[in-house]
Amino acid sequence: MKINKERLELLNEIMALEFSMVDLNLYLDTHPCDEKALIIFQQYGCKLKPLKEKYEDEYAPITAENAGNRHWRWIEDPWPWEIDYEMGGK
Amino acid sequence: MWIYEKKLQYPAWVQGCDLKIAKLLFAQYGGPDSELSAGLRYLTQRYNMPIPEAKATLTDIGTEELAHWEIIGTLIYKIVERATPKQLEEAGMGPHYIQHGKDLYPHDAAGVPWTAAYIQAIEDPIANLHEDLAAEEKARTTYEHLIQSTNDRGVIETLSFLREREIVHFQRFGETLMLVQEHLEKKIYY
Repeated sequence: MKINKERLELLNEIMALEFSMVDLNLYLDTHPCDEKALIIFQQYGCKLKPLKEKYEDEYAPITAENAGNRHWRWIEDPWPWEIDYEMGGK
Repeated sequence: MWIYEKKLQYPAWVQGCDLKIAKLLFAQYGGPDSELSAGLRYLTQRYNMPIPEAKATLTDIGTEELAHWEIIGTLIYKIVERATPKQLEEAGMGPHYIQHGKDLYPHDAAGVPWTAAYIQAIEDPIANLHEDLAAEEKARTTYEHLIQSTNDRGVIETLSFLREREIVHFQRFGETLMLVQEHLEKKIYY
C-alpha cells in the first residue's frame, strides 16, 4: 500500500532514530556508566519526540495510547507489513 | 509487558516476486535459528540471570528479535501476496499453500514446524549465554546463505541489516558473559 512521500519520509526518519536508540540501549545495558553514550541517547530521544508527535498528529497513531483523540484511529490501514517502503536505492 | 508500535524496525521492501527466496526465508521465521527461536530463548532465559546487566540484555535483545520476526514475516508476506497458486507450486511452496494458503506459519524452509526443542534454558547463566552466542552466529550464517540465494535488492538490503544485528547481539552477549563471569568470581573470593 502506497503512502504519500512526505509521510514515508517522516516515518523513515522516526524508524531510523528509534533504531539508533535501540542500538544505544543495548550498548548501555553492558556499559551503564558510559556518559558519552548516555548523552547521545538523550539527544536522540529529544529529536524523536517531536517527530513522533508530528506523525501521530498528521497521519496515524504509532501506539494505541495516542489513537483516540478524536475517533478510534488505531484500526486504520495500513499496518506496518502493508506499507510500500521502497527504500534504499529505489 | 509489551506495547505494539505500528511501525517496523527497518523498512522491509521487496523489488520483485522471488518466490524461491520466500520459501527459504521461512528458515528465519520458524527454523531452529530463527528470529522466533531467538526471541523466545532470550525472554525465557532472563528470569534467573544473576546481574542486572544480563537481565536487561536478555530482555532487550529478546524484544528486538520479535521486531525482526515481524520483518521476516513482512518480506514473506510481500513476496507471496503477489503470487498465484500456480507460481507458488512451481517455487516449491505448494505444500505450504495447501495447508496455510498465503498465511504465514512458523515452520522452517523445509516445512518442519517450529518446536520449543530448538531452545534451552538450564539456569546456569554461563551455559545459557554460550547458547545465545552460538545462536547469534548460526543466525548470521543463515542470513549469509539467504543473501547468496537471491538477486532481489530489497530482500538483500533488509537481510543485510538483520545480519548486522546478529553481530551486534553477539558482541553484547560476549560482554554480558564477561560481566557474569566477573560477578561469579567475586562471589567465590569474598
